[in-house]
Amino acid sequence: MKNKKRTGQLLSAPYLVWAAIFILVPLGMVFYYGLTDKTGAFTIANVAAIMGAEHAKALWLSIGLSVVSTLICFLLAYPLAMILANMNVNQHSFIVLVFILPMWMNFLLRTLAWQTLLEKNGVLNQILGFFHLPPLNLINTPAAIILGMVYNFLPFMVLPIYNALVKIDPSVVNAARDLGANGIQTFLKITFPLTIPGIISGITMVFVPALTTFVISKLLGGSKILLIGNVIEEEFTQAGNWHLGSGLSIVLMIFIIFNMVISAIFDKNGEGSML
Amino acid sequence: MKKELIHLLDISKSFDGELVLDELDLSIHENEFLTLLGPSGCGKTTTLRILGGFVTPDKGRVVFDGQDITTLPPNKRQLNTVFQKYALFTHMNIAENIAFGLKIKNKSQSYIEDKIKYALKLVNLEGYEKRMPDSLSGGQQQRIAIARAIVNEPKVLLLDEPLGALDLKLRQDMQYELIRLKNELGITFIYVTHDQEEALTMSDTIVVMNQGYIQQIGTPETIYNEPENAFVADFIGDSNIIDALMIEDKLVSILGMKFACVDTGFGKNKPVDVVIRPEDVELVEPGDGTIQGVVSHLIFKGVHYEMEVMANGFEWLVHSTQMFPVGTNVGIRVNPFNIQIMNKPESEDEEAAAIEE
Repeated sequence: MKNKKRTGQLLSAPYLVWAAIFILVPLGMVFYYGLTDKTGAFTIANVAAIMGAEHAKALWLSIGLSVVSTLICFLLAYPLAMILANMNVNQHSFIVLVFILPMWMNFLLRTLAWQTLLEKNGVLNQILGFFHLPPLNLINTPAAIILGMVYNFLPFMVLPIYNALVKIDPSVVNAARDLGANGIQTFLKITFPLTIPGIISGITMVFVPALTTFVISKLLGGSKILLIGNVIEEEFTQAGNWHLGSGLSIVLMIFIIFNMVISAIFDKNGEGSML
Repeated sequence: MKKELIHLLDISKSFDGELVLDELDLSIHENEFLTLLGPSGCGKTTTLRILGGFVTPDKGRVVFDGQDITTLPPNKRQLNTVFQKYALFTHMNIAENIAFGLKIKNKSQSYIEDKIKYALKLVNLEGYEKRMPDSLSGGQQQRIAIARAIVNEPKVLLLDEPLGALDLKLRQDMQYELIRLKNELGITFIYVTHDQEEALTMSDTIVVMNQGYIQQIGTPETIYNEPENAFVADFIGDSNIIDALMIEDKLVSILGMKFACVDTGFGKNKPVDVVIRPEDVELVEPGDGTIQGVVSHLIFKGVHYEMEVMANGFEWLVHSTQMFPVGTNVGIRVNPFNIQIMNKPESEDEEAAAIEE
């Protein structure tokens, strides 16, 4: 028993080294840069910079768009997950494949494809033009960013809800019917409450990447719409101000940790852990 | 006989082209403890699910209290089910679980509270209102499942192998509990099990099923003492099933030896199956028996010794409180009352049903 434990520890050593170098060290660096100024003296100015009008605006916009995207994902994912859960194995592996297939393509490529579709002279507007309809201003709008977020992150909402649904014992649903509940009552009182852990997982897995994305907003929002992810990216790559970039990252991290804690409280059974 | 409550009329059902029930006809009476007994795949659970409304038969009708309920959804039926794996609502506490059906029916708060108290008392789990299902043992969860069903005052309680997941001791306790409950509630219990001992202990009526057919309907005593065919004899308890020839009324030739019996009406020189329960085989001095044999096997079983006796080419299973060591020459004697004569299966279907264990 003791030996087994030691073997386990030994076998996990390479991963621990990996985790230390590529997770803990960069995290430490973010905190170091975030809490110091250029001379190396301690300061909270970089973190406090979030209060600045421009930064605050980017943060609120990010939160706003992420909330809307998460909500849309949820509204689309729940019925979809229910359809999937009610299918027999053959049908459902096909549908799952249809959903997973785009995920095998590079995230950047998929988003670039949307750019081509939505552009001023893009595919969608050409189709509208063919029918003599006025072109739509699609690209570089918050709506385009939301579309990109929903498109990219929808599977992360579907899968945990689907997992939660298939885990429900059919006899529990039958029991509710047996006790006099009709279809709607059974859904509201039994099925839905039992999938809440999956929903919370899904929300976390959509909300966190949506909040931090800078690629989707850059490609579909142009330079007009700055999300907090873009602000941080620019501090690192263009302004070269690692201290401010790290400080803002810390703020973002607080939001993410807050979200994760809520998720951990609800998702005790690890519905989201399959991803 | 009591009033008929449920009539299953020529019910047929197949799944994926496989016939599970074939023109099943069954009548269930008021205040009856009826057990559907059979091996897995015999159609007993499908029958129960048809009664509960979870499966619609391909053919035939379900008549409940004079009313055709064949296509009525489960929530509109005046019967409740206790499921095999309890099927408690894990996100609700015990009180909420029990109250579920009553809240759906918009009963008053005070009525619901009284009912919860009454039901918990009935299943001996007073004071468990605020507990969560996960914190209860299997036996307790099953009692809650029963409580949740009976607060709705169903006319019929359907029980789908409710004791299957419990250990032996608990299972025996629960059997007595179920009999007590049935008597206190005065309603019909329809019980599904593959456990013959459970069926014999609790039932008023046992329906033995195999491969979608009813093999025999009767009281536990009839089913045990007078099985109608080899399948029933073999499925209920241990038995010696022997090919035999009915020479004439009250005389049967078993393994070439003539035995007196009490059955009549089989005709002359007709091949039959004979069932002799192991406890009905008497071992005596070699000269005193109808057949002579040698003890080939001996196991101590607690209440009795289990022996196998090789006699006239057949290995007789014998239960006796008297021990005969292996190798002893013994005589076998059987009281005429304890020889049960059965017709050989006639059709191929019956034949198949009889051979399958």
